[in-house]
Amino acid sequence: MTTAFVNATLVCPEGGVRPGSLLVEGDRITRVGDFDAPADATIVDCRGRMLAPAIVDLGVFAIDKPACLVGGIVRVGLMPDQSPILDDPGIVQRAADMGKPELWVHPIAAATRGLAGIDLAEMAINQEAGARAVATGRGWIADSGVMRRVLAYAADIGLTVVAHPEDAGLAAGAVATEGETATRLGLRAAPAIVESLAIARDLMLAEETDAAIHFRQVTTAAGFDLIRAARSRGVRVTCGISPAHLLLSDIAMNDFRTFAHLSPPLRCEDDRRAALSALADGTIDVLTSSHDPRGPEEKRLPFADSAPGMSGAETLLPLGLGLVHDGTITIERLFALLARNPARILGLDTGMLAAGQPADLILVDPNIGAQIVADRMVGRAGNTPFDGLPVQGRVKMVMKGGSILA
Amino acid sequence: MSASDHSPAAVLPGRVAFPHRHLTGIGGLQPHEITFLLDESEQWIEANRARAKNDRRLDGVTQINAFFENSTRTLLSFEIAGKRLGADVVNMGVGQSSVKKGETLIDTAVTLNAMRADVIVIRHGSSGAVQLIADKVDCPVLNAGDGSHEHPTQALLDALTIRRRRGSIAGQRVVICGDVLHSRVARSNMLALASLAAEVRVVGPSTLMPAAVEQMAVTRFTDFDAALDGADVVMMLRLQNERMSGAFIPSTREYHRRYGLTPERLALAKPDALVMHPGPMNRGVEITSSVADMPGRSAITEQVEMGVAVRMACLDVLTRRARGVEGWA
Repeated sequence: MTTAFVNATLVCPEGGVRPGSLLVEGDRITRVGDFDAPADATIVDCRGRMLAPAIVDLGVFAIDKPACLVGGIVRVGLMPDQSPILDDPGIVQRAADMGKPELWVHPIAAATRGLAGIDLAEMAINQEAGARAVATGRGWIADSGVMRRVLAYAADIGLTVVAHPEDAGLAAGAVATEGETATRLGLRAAPAIVESLAIARDLMLAEETDAAIHFRQVTTAAGFDLIRAARSRGVRVTCGISPAHLLLSDIAMNDFRTFAHLSPPLRCEDDRRAALSALADGTIDVLTSSHDPRGPEEKRLPFADSAPGMSGAETLLPLGLGLVHDGTITIERLFALLARNPARILGLDTGMLAAGQPADLILVDPNIGAQIVADRMVGRAGNTPFDGLPVQGRVKMVMKGGSILA
Repeated sequence: MSASDHSPAAVLPGRVAFPHRHLTGIGGLQPHEITFLLDESEQWIEANRARAKNDRRLDGVTQINAFFENSTRTLLSFEIAGKRLGADVVNMGVGQSSVKKGETLIDTAVTLNAMRADVIVIRHGSSGAVQLIADKVDCPVLNAGDGSHEHPTQALLDALTIRRRRGSIAGQRVVICGDVLHSRVARSNMLALASLAAEVRVVGPSTLMPAAVEQMAVTRFTDFDAALDGADVVMMLRLQNERMSGAFIPSTREYHRRYGLTPERLALAKPDALVMHPGPMNRGVEITSSVADMPGRSAITEQVEMGVAVRMACLDVLTRRARGVEGWA
């Protein structure tokens, strides 16, 4: 099967933005640029719309195919916090097969058995079963000795450690970040330094073991400063963030709105602005949906009793395009954050528009106006703190491995 | 006294005196709204001191006291308040609620709603739980304390006590001492007293003080003696051991040494400074018996008395619209 996308605005994290065509033969991209479409090719006239690499969403908590399809996501790095936990090769392999062919799941195996933070999991065997990285899950490994061994062992076998930076002792029981909002609402809160404390330790250990570490979500000014400094020393560190932490501050929790109960909790306005700066200056490598859908059973509760998490897959791209529309980042940078960089961290050869790459593509109209409406979301749960927000941009077509899905 | 006896003069020209459907907290109330509730409470103080205490204005009104967290004093106060106004009062304790069987709070709210309660009084251990219920029911909801969030009627009764004893609230230097971090009483009092132009000082160890407390228009102290300088009112908080996990203070002995209100310490405040405590007291920990029982200075039993009056006023005001009281429909 040959498909020729013509009259497109090609958006590639490395090739930049340019008008042109793209040829897909079988499951691969074979040509990009100016060429005459072969006679036997199915022609897709993009009518000037953006043709970009499909999204690789690094660090989701649920395999949610409908939500991913709407959001232009064709690959997900699945966090190990599943039931059962991804700490066994059979479970890892099963997870890797769960979404195909429409959605490719790249399991991130548990770094420690049962995510308990005590004994190392079988990282190499899980790697053979399909694991693309190892993670500490939703929690932090409090024992520095264990974390050092996790990093050293993962470095030996070439896996990145995806870490959750939140000092467990300081954050125990907290559902919010310390500040005026948490004080007024009477919510148990932890200071924002829970994050930088954890990052500082983990960076020192990563530097000492020469391991690659990825912080799934960094959300504070102090955390970004630590990452910048470590990177300048040559530490192999990357970090991600979700749109929620770029666009919302802790005041979104007012009225005890549980849709704004996230992990890590929303930060103060200064930290939010620092996150936008870190996105603009290249400190942040990955924009993730942190897709963690929670149904009403988990959200229609008092704030402290509700589960943290939001449904993010459907809104990741439109919110990301908002950052382009407002000039925070360029469109090619957005796709570096959404596709190329997460692919690299997972060791996947995808995320760009280049010959030889898998034909994972999305056609995007960046100017279609829409509104995020929680009740109309197609995913497993429509819990979004962005309910009612007007956005611009919609996925018009998704191609996975040469097959048009929608 | 009947419903129609309520004086419309209390409704300020051009605005509704109390436009809120629920009373979930002091936050969100305007100063004149707080003052209105205090004024409304005044009438019930004398009525309660009379021998015949019954008023029938809430005849036919079903008041459900849904207490998901143990409380004796507040529950009793709300029960007495409702009964003195003629309401049919039903108490639902956590022990008999289906919450123990796994029912969610919203299910409980929907059930209470279906039973056509006219006013629901709620206490719950989680901050925001009352708001959650208020959003789901058709009748007014009164917050009797939710987690570490708010306890509005306590703040109102404290404000009423201060106003009656000191003549006014504006300009009074009120020192709130103790476990501010876990205290819904402190939060509501900070909001109410600051709103009514009192000078509010909070004092306690840093381990029991919420972050950004200064942004609630109060001044923060760690030295009790310094905070007491020139105080008109000393409001002690209960050391809430049941809310604490982990080491917040080294010992109650040390806590008493630094933050216990003793006669010697009270002498640092104004000579006629008022002593208050929301109760129940840990005698010998945050307050000594000699201070708690000090004639003329301790207003602790008076607070309890004001509590009933304030709750009567709140029940009356919140149900006026449903009862078709003139000017409120």
